[in-house]
Amino acid sequence: MANSDNNRRKFMATTLQSVGLTALGGMLWSGYCDEAKASPLVLRPPGALPEEQFLDACIKCGLCAEACVNRESNKNRDGTQREGTIKMAKGGDHRLIGTPYFIPTEVPCYMCDDIPCVPVCPSGALDMKSLLNEKKELDINKAEMGLAIVHKESCVAYWGLQCDACYRACPLLDEALTLDYQKNERTGKHAFLLPVVHSDICTGCGLCEKACITEKPAIFVLPREHSMGKAGDHYVKGWDKKDQQRAGNRKLDEIETHDERSQKTPSDYLNREIEY
Amino acid sequence: MKNLKYLLLRRVTQIGLMFLYFAANAYGWHILEGTFGSSKLFGFIPLADPYTTLQALSAGFVLGADVLVGALLITLFYMIVGGRAFCSWVCPINMVTDLANWLRRKLKLDKEEVNYRFLKRRTRYWIMVLGLIVSAIVGIAAFEALSPITIMQRGIIFGFGAGISVVVAIFLFDLFGVKNGWCGHLCPLGAAYSIIGQKSIIRVEHNHEACTACMECKIVCPENQVLHMINKKSISVTDGECTNCGRCIDVCNDDALGFSIRKLNKDS
Repeated sequence: MANSDNNRRKFMATTLQSVGLTALGGMLWSGYCDEAKASPLVLRPPGALPEEQFLDACIKCGLCAEACVNRESNKNRDGTQREGTIKMAKGGDHRLIGTPYFIPTEVPCYMCDDIPCVPVCPSGALDMKSLLNEKKELDINKAEMGLAIVHKESCVAYWGLQCDACYRACPLLDEALTLDYQKNERTGKHAFLLPVVHSDICTGCGLCEKACITEKPAIFVLPREHSMGKAGDHYVKGWDKKDQQRAGNRKLDEIETHDERSQKTPSDYLNREIEY
Repeated sequence: MKNLKYLLLRRVTQIGLMFLYFAANAYGWHILEGTFGSSKLFGFIPLADPYTTLQALSAGFVLGADVLVGALLITLFYMIVGGRAFCSWVCPINMVTDLANWLRRKLKLDKEEVNYRFLKRRTRYWIMVLGLIVSAIVGIAAFEALSPITIMQRGIIFGFGAGISVVVAIFLFDLFGVKNGWCGHLCPLGAAYSIIGQKSIIRVEHNHEACTACMECKIVCPENQVLHMINKKSISVTDGECTNCGRCIDVCNDDALGFSIRKLNKDS
């Protein structure tokens, strides 16, 4: 009797310890994975699902990277192979290990017409459907890998110097990146040729960033969710039919315009100091 | 002179497969592309790792048909034919742990396997299940986020970077830490293949009449619990944890071990 009691106690203790250790392992493992996937400023190949979903879907096979480096067009003039755009994250790259990404300043995306990297994706992490145009053809111009941003203070064109390196490098020249002509009041006789990126067309290929002449590029690509704001559905361009349509589709009861600040009267806002 | 037939065959297979994977990236060959997670054979036959696929599914993503079909093909192959052969004939980490194990024997670090309280050979099954749970919690394939197997494979194909440290860690763990520590105790991929390959038809068969009980086979076997019949019974090694590596056959000087086709009617 005492023996079986002992056995039971031992069994219970072992079970408890196993469960506890499993929970410990699970928590450590989850914690590691959660940290490992937190690399928000990473540029993915064309057609990639939104980052959260992409990390789930990518099976880390590297077929995209292999298709990228071995594409027909990826040859130097002497016929030797060039480095591919897409890298596979290794230990030390500080990105979820085994996932594909690219760094524009090293090798930007050359926006191949046939998009070799996407159809080979077996898991659907690179989504072909997102790259189809109205004619149901693959269209690289539909890619949204990121969005280029100009840092005006370090862009020498904004100083008044003549540079249009990014503008000329852009594969969607005069569409994704235009030059805004302005008078240079400082000299009174020169023009500013200011690069302006248009977020509805820019694919985030990074050729502008690669071409930029400043020590650290004054134009650079960030993932779209990190380079774009959002006005929200309660702001509508009343003069724009398309935007009114967007506003027409909104669900009124889902729009929240009241916040702590709006509880005060407008005169409060103007006359008293407001803390944000 | 010891026979090295299966050892050499395995190394040729392992290195050959790795070279084909490497060449897919380096030279654009379309023989075997991708990595274990998902590959393409001859440019059109999809292959995928079943455990990786399960992780991605439990993380909540409905994978493309290529991966699902690929995982099914691989599962069927090992289930029917190969058993746990992935571990000893394909996986590159096997070369690392085999080297550690060999050095361990040469350095006489220990002859007997220490029985750790919480690091049993069945720990890997727990890790396998835990990997699926963690995948579901975190929303990414959890084991793939640290798998030394694909880290090593991608290292060979695309360059190692700091990833080499994981491979070195496995080597040191198996050499100075636990005997057969990684492949025999921890690796959830091996656990998955053990389960998949349980009933495969290719098996090692023991002839106890010929056995002289030298126990060489038990010394080299990385999963020597599967060799419980040595010098006792003339039966096949039916345990799924046997990797079909054939080392026991190589080292047997008495012709008491050999590959055979599982007898379908009886096998106890």
